[in-house]
Amino acid sequence: MKEKPDFADHKSLTPRQRAWRRFLSNRLTLVGLIILLIFYVSFVIFPEFVAPYGLTERHRGFSYAPPQLPRFVDDEGQFHLRPFVYRMTSEINPATFQTEWTYDTEEKYPIRFLVSGSDYKLWGLFPANVRLFGVEEGQLFLFGTDNQGRDMLSRMIYASRISLSVGLVGVFLSIVLGAVLGTISGYYGGMVDNVIQRIIETLMAFPQIPLWMALAAAVPPEFSPIAIYFAITVILSLVTWGGLARGVRSKVLSYRENEYTQAAHAMGAKDRHIIFVHLLPNAMSHILVMATLAIPNMIIGETMLSFLGIGIRPPMTSWGVLMEEAQNVRVLLEHPWVVIPVSFVILSILAFNFIGDGLRDAADPYS
Amino acid sequence: MVSFLMRRVMHSLMILFFVSIIGFIVMQLPPGDFLTVRVAELEAAGNPMAGEQIEFLRARYGLEQPVVVQYYLWITNFVRGDFGISFQHRRPVTSLIGARLLLTVIVTVSTMVFTWVVGVPIGIYSAIHKNTFVDHVVTVIGFLGLSIPNFLLALVFLVINVIVLGQSPGGLFSPEFRDAPWSVMRTWDLMKHLWVPVVVIGTAGTAGIIRIMRANLLDVLRFQYVQTARAKGLLESRVIFKHAVRNAIHPLIMHLGMSFPQIVSGGAIVAIVLNLPTIGPLYLNALQQQDMFLAGSILMILVILLIVGNLIADVLLALADPRIRFE
Repeated sequence: MKEKPDFADHKSLTPRQRAWRRFLSNRLTLVGLIILLIFYVSFVIFPEFVAPYGLTERHRGFSYAPPQLPRFVDDEGQFHLRPFVYRMTSEINPATFQTEWTYDTEEKYPIRFLVSGSDYKLWGLFPANVRLFGVEEGQLFLFGTDNQGRDMLSRMIYASRISLSVGLVGVFLSIVLGAVLGTISGYYGGMVDNVIQRIIETLMAFPQIPLWMALAAAVPPEFSPIAIYFAITVILSLVTWGGLARGVRSKVLSYRENEYTQAAHAMGAKDRHIIFVHLLPNAMSHILVMATLAIPNMIIGETMLSFLGIGIRPPMTSWGVLMEEAQNVRVLLEHPWVVIPVSFVILSILAFNFIGDGLRDAADPYS
Repeated sequence: MVSFLMRRVMHSLMILFFVSIIGFIVMQLPPGDFLTVRVAELEAAGNPMAGEQIEFLRARYGLEQPVVVQYYLWITNFVRGDFGISFQHRRPVTSLIGARLLLTVIVTVSTMVFTWVVGVPIGIYSAIHKNTFVDHVVTVIGFLGLSIPNFLLALVFLVINVIVLGQSPGGLFSPEFRDAPWSVMRTWDLMKHLWVPVVVIGTAGTAGIIRIMRANLLDVLRFQYVQTARAKGLLESRVIFKHAVRNAIHPLIMHLGMSFPQIVSGGAIVAIVLNLPTIGPLYLNALQQQDMFLAGSILMILVILLIVGNLIADVLLALADPRIRFE
């Protein structure tokens, strides 16, 4: 008897399914996805729960405490399954007038999950005091503290909410502007196209960072933190939509000449129908890739502006605000851990770039 | 070629005109107006000379006249090389920018050269030795280089320098040469300090060039004329450098026009972190103090720098590729 060919392995896939498989088969893309999932879910949605301390919670006597390493082995060589930290004490060296930190090996603080910490309100609504991890007594500063004795790790986690959302909101604005103007420009052509193209060329003639700086510096200082946040977001997207619009325009130009568009035209389809049914869905994958690759650019922009003191301002806290202190060479010399927030910036940028590259490969049907 | 060049120059001039309008708007953005404050100050001082000075300021900047007139006065003076007065420093903007502009150009051009001198050979090597260990290392480093924003890299440099050497690497000169007139020794001193900002600003650009060079060369190496060249028995080095690299380098020249703004942008911000005597720190300071003639002039000069850079890139491209000349 002839064996029946096994079709189970050869299920025909839709182009979308194939693209999705290509996307997930890239290992770097997966790494990026996991990093961003952790960042967005735990830092953007639940920062109050994940951070061991509050954003402005001060610890008296712990100004510029160095990072503590969680230990498994105590100084007598005994192994503990539960990590712990030693109590830290500080003392001012009479010769150099510098604070010196020592570990008190007598007192151990075990690190536990779901400990009760200071009170907070989840999303400003639900009062709670449970923290993902922490110590029940004593202090736990995994990344050290700042000049006011505030835990760096907690502040970095709260700052993520601002820094990571600026990228998303800014790119959303850019996409709307870029897609609308790019489509109009490519579809209608003529005078409109000419004007829009000249505007984009003019915007792109400016070096990006100096133009960002000039616009950000013009934000009135008396604005409320929320208003400043939105002003900065708008500035970030105002300077960057041009590239997106150009990409969309070139796509629309080529799809406009395709047979199916011509056929739709011949059958009397309205412009709106052609744009939303035939042109934009085709350009969507391209827009998605460009947007993903634009997000890190926005995050860098916000971080940099805040770092220079013309972006987001305290009490609102972003990664750039945290790094402002790192500009001071004296602070850096004595307390190098103030640059730790840089790691979050770089991780998120790398993750977005990995995903953007993966998307680009996946969206290319010829790969 | 001449007509091509003319078209490019005309186009650049038109863009420059639009840019100047935006630049002027940016200068008008901050709420407080330094000029009115200055006039009020002069009036309040009751100095007998004040009246004349106020008149002069009014005429020079077109105060109390329509915005269009103010713009006209500003741009015509700008073209003549009179950039206005820095109210913070009480000096003409030209005298403040002059020395820093030269250093800015030196840093920018050195960075440009650095990215090419380092990026192109590494890209070629990486493409020829595709999928070897070195190639993978280069790819990873390239990705990191593209991802790490250069002001953070500058910060990391600062930390390493501070921890290892216990000193700040800030500046382009040793203290004894900081305010000295130009001399052979001062130039040599500059050379010794230049590498830090050049490496920091150029890392991203170098990574980009490595990536493009590698991808292009891999594409070109697949072409049949390369195979033919090999089949004829040419030396491998000749095949690669004479036949393949020549054609692979052409998109890189196109990339030149794009990488230049990055270097200028990056240079401005890195200069602030490393405290270089270039235009960057002056610009930030002017913005913070709302010294808008200074800030606006610097912004315009940066754009002009970019446009000139792009023109040069276009000419190079036209020289390398006849198809563009006769477009």
